[in-house]
Amino acid sequence: MNDIKSQVRKYILDNFLMGGDPDKVTDSVSFIEKGIIDSTGVLELVSFIQETYKIRVEDAEMIPENLDSLDKIEKYVRVKLA
Amino acid sequence: MATTKLTSGVLDIDAPAVTDRICRRLAEIVVKDQRRRGVVVALSGGIDSSVCAALSVRAFGPGRVFGLLLPEKDSSSASEDQGRLVAEHLKIEHLKQDIAPTLEAIGCYRWRDEAISAVFPDYRKDWKSKIVIAGGVDGRFNYFRLVVQAPDGTRHEQRLEHKQYLQIVAATNFKQRIRKTIEYFHADRLHYAVVGTPNRLEYDQGFFVKNGDGSADVKPIAHLYKTQVYVLARYLGLPEAICTSKPTTDTYSLPQGQDEFYFALPYHKMDVALWAHNHGISAAELAGTLGVSVEQAGYIYQDIEKKRSTTRYLHSKAVLVDKVGEISPFA
Repeated sequence: MNDIKSQVRKYILDNFLMGGDPDKVTDSVSFIEKGIIDSTGVLELVSFIQETYKIRVEDAEMIPENLDSLDKIEKYVRVKLA
Repeated sequence: MATTKLTSGVLDIDAPAVTDRICRRLAEIVVKDQRRRGVVVALSGGIDSSVCAALSVRAFGPGRVFGLLLPEKDSSSASEDQGRLVAEHLKIEHLKQDIAPTLEAIGCYRWRDEAISAVFPDYRKDWKSKIVIAGGVDGRFNYFRLVVQAPDGTRHEQRLEHKQYLQIVAATNFKQRIRKTIEYFHADRLHYAVVGTPNRLEYDQGFFVKNGDGSADVKPIAHLYKTQVYVLARYLGLPEAICTSKPTTDTYSLPQGQDEFYFALPYHKMDVALWAHNHGISAAELAGTLGVSVEQAGYIYQDIEKKRSTTRYLHSKAVLVDKVGEISPFA
């Protein structure tokens, strides 16, 4: 299941930081608080998660508790895939 | 620390004094600094451009204000009528140019419809559409829903994926950018400056198109809350239809309020929330005033900050790698 974190981390590094410091994206860091992702970035991230894991992120699930760190995304995706 | 109380009068203004100051500054900025002979104002028929035109007439006289009516396929005929009403009321020279053929030629409608069709394959050219914002005021991330309406009135709605969202917005941004191109043509022709018409809510929250309606030489009411702009409209004696007009985007073919598209709340509440946030008022006090929960008031503050952060780029001029010290903008 570490795959989820590493896949999402790679996506964030490639698309939002574009070669920036990989140490910035720790498992628990808040993407929003650290300015890694903005509102448009959240929409991009949701598209990536939906396409990669073949899940539908419902409107009510578009909350920081599900999407604002690698830890949270992994937990959310695992629940959705269960 | 809050040192100010959120009372019902916080947005009250001394309309004559505010008008005098704006007119004095307009003359200084346009004539003295920018060395232009007058101003061009695009008249949308809404409150902001109408007030800007009226202020310009006070500052320069009607003979030095040129009005433009720039309708297209999706703008309402009522907007054009109201724009003309203001131009005639102010006795300014004005011109109508339908920008639909330009937008057609540049691909505005085609790019937009392609993105809409990717979401709703049954969508046809005679359907109407709009985008509505959701999420932020409920503590979720902001996202956008696409609403389409078939000729028989049947409506469909779906959340937009980022690719389609960006393409629809990029395509519709042609409208503001083509309008601005025409405004600058007339400004160059007449040696006038271009007036930008955002109010404080729009300016602060980034509700404008970069190099579109965000582009201008002077923005006379960008420091005024929308509520205060309505007060000025009355003071300036604008027609009743303008003083009571409801803010719309007039950009999408379905009727769309600004609060649907961008702001979390109707403007009069958004004004209060923005003022409260700017003056360090607690979420609890704002909640009491707006009649929402403390949690929701907190979300509104968060949403204000999120929009400021996301739209900072829109305010940014082209950034130089190194300073060119010999060149400085107007103070």
